[in-house]
Amino acid sequence: MDRVKTTAITGAEIVVRCLQEEGVEYVFGYPGGAVLFIYDELFKQDKVRHVLVRHEQGAAHAADGYSRSSQKVGVCLVTSGPGVTNAVTGIATAYMDSIPMVVLTGQVPTHAIGLDAFQECDTVGITRPIVKHNMLVKDVKDLASSIKKAFHIATTGRPGPVVVDIPKDVTTATCEFHYPESVSLRSYNPARRGHAGQLKKAVQLLLEAKRPLIYTGGGVVLSDSSGQLTELVRLLGFPCTNTLMGLGAYPATDPQFLGMLGMHGTYEANLAMQNCDVLLAVGARFDDRVIGDPANFAQNPRKIIHIDIDPSSISKRVKVDVPIVGNIPDVLADFLSLLQDARPQDIKPWWKQIDQWRAKDCLKYDRKSKIIKPQYVLEKLYEVTKGEAFVTSDVGQHQMWAAQFYKFNQPRRWINSGGLGTMGFGLPAAMGVQMANPGATVACVTGESSIQMCLQELSTCKQYRLPIKIVNLNNKYMGMVRQWQQFFHGNRYSESYMDALPDFVKLAEAYGHRGVLIENPADVEPALKDAFARKSELVFLDFLTDQTENVYPMIPGGKGITEIILSEDL
Amino acid sequence: MRHIISILVENEAGALSRIAGLFSARGYNIESLTVAPTEDASMSRMTVVTSGSDDVVEQITKQLNKLIEVVKVVDLSEAEHIERELMLIKVRAGAKERDEMKRAADIFRGRIIDVSDNTYTIELTGDGAKLDAFIKSLDQGSIIETVRTGASGIGRGSRILRG
Repeated sequence: MDRVKTTAITGAEIVVRCLQEEGVEYVFGYPGGAVLFIYDELFKQDKVRHVLVRHEQGAAHAADGYSRSSQKVGVCLVTSGPGVTNAVTGIATAYMDSIPMVVLTGQVPTHAIGLDAFQECDTVGITRPIVKHNMLVKDVKDLASSIKKAFHIATTGRPGPVVVDIPKDVTTATCEFHYPESVSLRSYNPARRGHAGQLKKAVQLLLEAKRPLIYTGGGVVLSDSSGQLTELVRLLGFPCTNTLMGLGAYPATDPQFLGMLGMHGTYEANLAMQNCDVLLAVGARFDDRVIGDPANFAQNPRKIIHIDIDPSSISKRVKVDVPIVGNIPDVLADFLSLLQDARPQDIKPWWKQIDQWRAKDCLKYDRKSKIIKPQYVLEKLYEVTKGEAFVTSDVGQHQMWAAQFYKFNQPRRWINSGGLGTMGFGLPAAMGVQMANPGATVACVTGESSIQMCLQELSTCKQYRLPIKIVNLNNKYMGMVRQWQQFFHGNRYSESYMDALPDFVKLAEAYGHRGVLIENPADVEPALKDAFARKSELVFLDFLTDQTENVYPMIPGGKGITEIILSEDL
Repeated sequence: MRHIISILVENEAGALSRIAGLFSARGYNIESLTVAPTEDASMSRMTVVTSGSDDVVEQITKQLNKLIEVVKVVDLSEAEHIERELMLIKVRAGAKERDEMKRAADIFRGRIIDVSDNTYTIELTGDGAKLDAFIKSLDQGSIIETVRTGASGIGRGSRILRG
């Protein structure tokens, strides 16, 4: 069944028609020789809007942020050679966090491939390990079906980026345009429903649990199943913790929420993880930043139920007792119907234990400091934006503080590079978020080192009038590097200090934005209030924060949960 | 532990490097890898000999299954199976050694497929251990050149792998 039939058109036009068929609103990209015909076709229409970034890394991150903050696919378009290699960091970022993205890349003409042509690189080879799938389209007749396939693969199963590499001569060759309505691949059929027998076993374990914990990750956010998760957690009355990628899947202000777990997670979430007797893991992958050393984690016996759409995520680092491969919303719906009249055990003693851990108040910091504490800025950011902002972040201490102190009550509000840990992600991602959510409040929490990695996008923000608020926690150090050097490298701060920082206020002004320097704790709240009241302006808030502040709690790399360090321990 | 894994894969450009790349990127061993199209020209069949703990091999099969072009994966070593490897070996066979070399080839059911004044080229099929044994049985100085295909495997009896 073909939706559209026409006379022969060029490959370039086919690309644009495919994007229209997919309902793509925005393409983030940067033109160049190999994609000029595609850009010419974009010029001739106004359904698909192009966002011109200043560096291809920004295009990939913006498409990524667009996708994370909506339920849509992010699309970017870059030229061959350096266009692709610049986008690689962004593609890898999306891959590690399973973000559905379609990346269209120009390629030198088919007759020139392999001859070291100008701006040639082996795009399929370079991106192979960082994509869900990729393909080189050598014949214009395969172009529409390849693009359809790319959207299908990117958005189904465990999502991920797909690269479609299009040689220049394919964009000028012609053929009839048929956009397939559906794709069927004999080798690719992601699971949907969980195995009924396993579901029953899981329910049995949950009902016998005396010290249960529900631990959820990015999978719940990506599959839009936070509503069902919330229902399940409340139905059972169990404690719940989210990973860095899963924040917002369960309301952070709810008393059953223990906070984030992992390397910089709360004391109560981590200890509950270590000491629970039944663990329900949903769309999470027991990675090194969550459980640390698997041998340490295994010291305490517990039964583990693991729901994930990707079988390879199950029993990868930690042996699982009840694996359930399936689509999270389908599996949770089954759980909810099986548990409707069920009666869990009395877990009051477990809650009592958790409350004792909570009483440690592991996120406490010096509130009387004369120097601005970064945690204070984030608390105020949360208050001033009433917890409703979309918050993007870069990578490092500021990212962890944002995750700890901004209480996300909704999914898709917390946008960060969890898997790859890409500095430079925050600002371009915020552009994508603002594009996907016009009129919404968007804050980019960053640091003076991270922001400089994709700073050029301030120019893009100007061009598209994106009123992002940049919250720069400026401690003049690569803070997390400095923290590790303090803890593990004898205070030798090797190359983690930047002594030639730009004047960020002037820099923001040079790009046509508003810049504000904040040096005193008393000025933090007024500055935030003023900035967020400016609905049509980008404001760059440069907060000079305490250089010596560290992120606590901390489970040192490679160590186990029982080796958690609290601020009071030092 | 040694495992022999059979993979049915779409016969598309790049599928081989995707699979080989997966093994190197995730640090899995490849002892040998063979590949050729099947009777259905749209599919190739690959045999990979690898080694690792049960956990690692479980991950290998899961990761292979994740690749879009992979149609089916089976760990042949989980049950009864047959494996064969082909070796071509060129040996010194001057007037002195000729008879003895012929006898050695016969014992191992090898066939001499090329003859020159000073050499024989012997074709030998079997599992890897048999090929190793043949090499060992020869005077090491008489071996000029060897080439081996790596193992191909198939399940016994009703055990089949199809797309």
